[in-house]
Amino acid sequence: MSDTLLDMEDLRVTFPTRTGVVEAVRGVSFSLGRERLGIVGESGSGKSQTGRAIMGLTPPQARVSAKKLVFDGIDLLAASAAERRALRGNRIAMILQDPKYSLDPVMSIGRQIVETLRTHEKVSRAEARERSLDMLAAVQIRDPGRVFDLHPHEVSGGMGQRAMIAMMLVANPEMLIADEPTSALDVTVQLDVLGILDRLVGERGMGLVFISHDLRLVSSFCDRVVVMYAGKVVEQLKASELKNAEHPYTRGLLDCMPKIGADRHPLPVLERKPEWAL
Amino acid sequence: MSEIATPALSVDGLEVTFDRFRALNGVSLDVEKGESFGLVGESGSGKSTLLRAVAGLAPVSAGTISVDGEPLGRRRTKAFYRKVQMVFQDPYGSLHPRQTVDRLLQEPLAIHGIGDGERRILRALDEVGLGSGFRFRYSHQLSGGQRQRVAIARALILEPSILLLDEPTSALDASVQAEVLNLLEEVRRARGLTFLMVSHDLAVVTHMCDRLMVMQNGEAVEHLDAADLAGSRVTKDYTRNLLKASEGFSRPA
Repeated sequence: MSDTLLDMEDLRVTFPTRTGVVEAVRGVSFSLGRERLGIVGESGSGKSQTGRAIMGLTPPQARVSAKKLVFDGIDLLAASAAERRALRGNRIAMILQDPKYSLDPVMSIGRQIVETLRTHEKVSRAEARERSLDMLAAVQIRDPGRVFDLHPHEVSGGMGQRAMIAMMLVANPEMLIADEPTSALDVTVQLDVLGILDRLVGERGMGLVFISHDLRLVSSFCDRVVVMYAGKVVEQLKASELKNAEHPYTRGLLDCMPKIGADRHPLPVLERKPEWAL
Repeated sequence: MSEIATPALSVDGLEVTFDRFRALNGVSLDVEKGESFGLVGESGSGKSTLLRAVAGLAPVSAGTISVDGEPLGRRRTKAFYRKVQMVFQDPYGSLHPRQTVDRLLQEPLAIHGIGDGERRILRALDEVGLGSGFRFRYSHQLSGGQRQRVAIARALILEPSILLLDEPTSALDASVQAEVLNLLEEVRRARGLTFLMVSHDLAVVTHMCDRLMVMQNGEAVEHLDAADLAGSRVTKDYTRNLLKASEGFSRPA
């Protein structure tokens, strides 16, 4: 498990605005092997922009720079738009938060999966259909044949998210970026979806970047956790050692969540220190 | 709560039907004065529908709802809304984008013909920890947590006795959630409010509420004390699953 899929050093994403430059990501470095890496932080901490920069989905007005952004020997920042497009969806895939907004509403679920597959691989129509149905079955959709012909509005959130995962995994990517893949789902459905992701990542030896604001979920799901605050990594640690986190921000985030059985009134609140953002 | 008083809010055999779909199927509950009562369940369980039915926002097809012992009619009166106010889930959707905070807070006062707006607005803002500096801002100039504080201020400005809370913190970061939950507890204590709170997060509900009802498919699964839940003294499998799910992901061995 030593082979590194992604090596990133000093990633910066800046947005020019009328009032000056907003630095969304300010020097983030980490590497990813065939493992589950969690990125946690509050909204505005730059975790999603980090994921989007790896994927090459940063809005055109923003500027991305890094000392190093290498995916399996390919320098992503030097790659042309066409090269990146060939990577996207094929070797690097991304699952977004809400299936309601990230699936095409006027295309059946099956067609969307087939489209992804046929964009990246030369396969016949019949084979694409076959593989899409297999993929739908792999994400534990009970009646793939029926769901194949449904449109996104006809399925529940959990089902939509499974379809999205199927769509992303059908081309067999080596790296998967999941940006809050379960935040729009119910807790029990959330765990089903995570179980599916976990199994597929394990079976196929994928690298997974799991972006979430939910420390509890990340600590129980991922191998390693990167904690971000104000565009920077404040702490990197093993998920199992999250309880012994050193940075006051990580500890504060863990501490401020209500727990069943703990009678703490009022809840401890996070005291933000200006020096964390330096 | 030891004296035998009429409950602040009483729901009996409530049914809500949308076209032919029955969203609530004979649900009953009593909330005592000053109590905080929680509704838990997954999406589609009818917990929000129940709250909306109380507020008069869902079509009730059978059953009764009474506030302070008085049954409510088909239409809610102004007097009802002075007593019962609601805070919605999404602070981005529930505030008018082209009105200042001041204007937002004026609205309920104007509807109810209340005079001392100035004092009430300043007090409400102060109470939710925003201060008068926020009074002339627009909602897009506020963060999610600040918006939710404005929504709470708007609900409090009529000095209601019952607050209906529909997932008040689920759109917020964990750190901001803690602040808003603390704020809600504080105003409840200060004003002796009764809460009926909906959440999908068992931890939030056990933290905030004394008693709770677990719902599934428009029906009540189980009535519990928060202490029962904390001690895992639940009788139904559905609740046990929810409880287990709230602990996070566990890898099958």
